[in-house]
Amino acid sequence: MASITTENKRIHPHKFTMWVAMGSIVMMFAGLTSAYLVRRSLGNWQEFSLPLVFWYSTVAIVASSVTMHLAVKSFKARERVRYRQMITATTLLGLAFAVLQAFGFYQLHLQGVTLIKGSNPAASFLVIITGLHALHVIGGVVALLIIFFRAYQSKVKNYSVIPVEIVSTYWHFVDALWIYLFIFFGLTH
Amino acid sequence: MSTEAVLHANVGTAGAQDVHHAHDAHHGDHHHHESFISKYVFSMDHKMIAKQFLITGMVWAVLGGLMSVLFRLQLGYPDSTFPILEDLLGKWAKGGRISAEAYYALVTTHGTVLVFFVLTAGLSGTFSNFLIPLQVGARDMASPFMNMLSYWFFFTASVIMLSSIFVETGPFSGGWTAYPPLSALGDASPGSKTGMDLWLVSMALFVVSSLLGGLNYIATVLNMRTKGMSMTRLPLTIWAFFFTAVLGVLSFPVLFSGFILLIFDRHFGTSFYLSDIFVASTQQALPNEGGSAILYQHLFWFLGHPEVYIILLPAMGMASEILSTNARKPIFGYMAMVASLFAIAVLAFLVWAHHMFVTGLNPFLGSIFVLLTLLIAIPSAIKVFNWLTTLWRGNIRFTPGMLFAIGFVSLFISGGLTGIFLGNSALDIHLHDTYFVIAHFHIVMGVASMFGMFAGVYHWYPKMYGRYMNNTLAYIHFWVTLVGAYLIFWPMHYQGLAGMPRRYYDYSVWESFKHFTELNRFISTVAMVVFAVQFLFLINFFYSIWKGRKVTTQNPWGATTLEWTTPINPGHGNWPGEIPEVHRWAYDYGKDGVEYIPQTQKIGENESAHH
Ligand code: HEM
Ligand SMILES: [Cu+2]
Repeated sequence: MASITTENKRIHPHKFTMWVAMGSIVMMFAGLTSAYLVRRSLGNWQEFSLPLVFWYSTVAIVASSVTMHLAVKSFKARERVRYRQMITATTLLGLAFAVLQAFGFYQLHLQGVTLIKGSNPAASFLVIITGLHALHVIGGVVALLIIFFRAYQSKVKNYSVIPVEIVSTYWHFVDALWIYLFIFFGLTH
Repeated sequence: MSTEAVLHANVGTAGAQDVHHAHDAHHGDHHHHESFISKYVFSMDHKMIAKQFLITGMVWAVLGGLMSVLFRLQLGYPDSTFPILEDLLGKWAKGGRISAEAYYALVTTHGTVLVFFVLTAGLSGTFSNFLIPLQVGARDMASPFMNMLSYWFFFTASVIMLSSIFVETGPFSGGWTAYPPLSALGDASPGSKTGMDLWLVSMALFVVSSLLGGLNYIATVLNMRTKGMSMTRLPLTIWAFFFTAVLGVLSFPVLFSGFILLIFDRHFGTSFYLSDIFVASTQQALPNEGGSAILYQHLFWFLGHPEVYIILLPAMGMASEILSTNARKPIFGYMAMVASLFAIAVLAFLVWAHHMFVTGLNPFLGSIFVLLTLLIAIPSAIKVFNWLTTLWRGNIRFTPGMLFAIGFVSLFISGGLTGIFLGNSALDIHLHDTYFVIAHFHIVMGVASMFGMFAGVYHWYPKMYGRYMNNTLAYIHFWVTLVGAYLIFWPMHYQGLAGMPRRYYDYSVWESFKHFTELNRFISTVAMVVFAVQFLFLINFFYSIWKGRKVTTQNPWGATTLEWTTPINPGHGNWPGEIPEVHRWAYDYGKDGVEYIPQTQKIGENESAHH
């Protein structure tokens, strides 16, 4: 059919959609971090250091990117067992990341930094931006769970790699986003 | 469709098999039995989704228009009472006069629904959906499922916005821009309570709807074009929808960020936008400190300005297409048209602070924004020039669609010129927040884009419903609307120059604006006439769906683009056989003495090649 020949040369539409969606998410965080800078420049800004746990969560999410990468590789090599292991590891690391982030806020709270009610914008920005990021990670976890169970269900051996690749792209994206935010907060706190 | 539905459901999360397989293998002619629900309600056919957007937009246009008639009644006849208003609005119009709260609620809701629900969802939602697959040569959108979701998010947003009108304390009443503190403090005004919560939820859902739609439009334009349809062979409609979607996808998330902070200020005691506030109604000083209301304005206008182009670009694209088709001439300066769309899209992100010249913005920064703002005049002027030269010595057919397209050009010129006044920060000190601004944006955005929408409906109606609309009604509709729109908004420039501020409930108590009493009455009267005439359009539209003259030829306008190569009533999948291949650009009108050459026709032996 006429259309197939040209279309196959192009990037898969669903993958492409993922890229555009990531652009959209970038704009959301760009909006928030610029609001942070604008607000910070107006003074009345509480100084406190970032919780130490954020370093551990950073390690967790970077590690999860590695396992995600290995998962895609084993998927392509049709190593189903290894694929499942890697997906499981990625999921667990993602959850661990979210838990560690929450723990970081608990630490701040113990230090006497009020986070939401009656807080200084310095703290509320941190909570909202990292919280929103964690929600994106959890969204990724849900996606991982879905492809994970599909891996068990599916009787067909040669199903498409596209969805796995899309989830993996997204996963590396939230990882990179966290690195950006971590550096951003590190530099501006 | 059901297997494909499931596949698409998991886009971005989990497994879809290769989409081309899904699209090409089983489409072709569709003879599945579709149930009423899957055909008309949860449809995944882009053409049906387009009609859903259109009709929902029409409902909102009627409601939003009615609201403006009500508040114009107050402005035109501030001393009179209309008992029927009390019957209609109850406590909001005690004694037959609209209360101040009701007035502000009406103005706010009017602005919100016209900008977002009518001119964004109703315009780009309708025509991007309808025309992108048909004109690029695709069977449907990249993800029909996301497309369906986009509509249903919009629908839910609509229901919630509608319900906000009926809550005890009324809908939000702090203006369509929803600036804090009015939007952040429940105690600030009645509308700031539940009404504002519903407004926020509705708008958040609306943002999601726009994003889902926009992602799809972009992916479809870039990835699903038929063979031979290179980017430079795309009709200008598609370019316009494409840039519109890019603007939306990049700016709506920023608005969303602004809303998130607003929600936290409202409900969780943060101080992003609030500082040093004493609330009169509760006689309380708030503990919030250090927040900045201006911060919200930055976040809002970073979307807000691109948003005005999100509204305008689809109208520009459709006008270009309709002008060329009905002038029987190629569009003048195709590449310049694309380049100016691109320039407008880029500049749209760099000028937001021209809405904030008088917020205490650093004057040096202000002058940079003046420069960038005035730069927009260049691509705008290029477009106007090209439209006029397309018309020049054309063999013009004054179809209703064509008239509205010409009307669009006229309005864009009138309204664009006043933008140049406002873009100068020094002049803006005087003009800001006056009726001059009201006149500017209603002409250039409101009415012009409405004209683009009407042009689109009249022109593509035969493709949508396989029937024609009635021309006589359409001509009356056009002339009354055009003349009426100028009569309503032109005098507002003078009121604004005289310093008459916008957003006031009653001007008759001001000595300095007493001499406008007659003029205000005149404007209100014309507004009612124009509103009434819109019902001619609605009657025409719905009557013609069932009773209009039937379309008997595939290509009634003699147009070159692909949508006219589909059957008169195309099924899901658009083309019964293979998708046609494209061999030329979309504007071969009057070439080598031939009236028009469809894009699907091969370049002839002795033909001078164009693109
Ligand atoms: C040469 C082009 C244009 C220039 C220089 C320009 C400039 C401006 C300026 C400076 C303002 C702020 C006025 C004030 O609040 O004091 C303004 C308001 C506005 N403009 Fe334009 N404009 C242009 C074209 C457009 C177009 C094409 C649209 C829409 C399609 C548009 C829509 C609006 C809207 C909606 C507002 C008012 C928003 C509000 O305050 O509620 N403008 N314009
Ligand atoms: Cu603007």
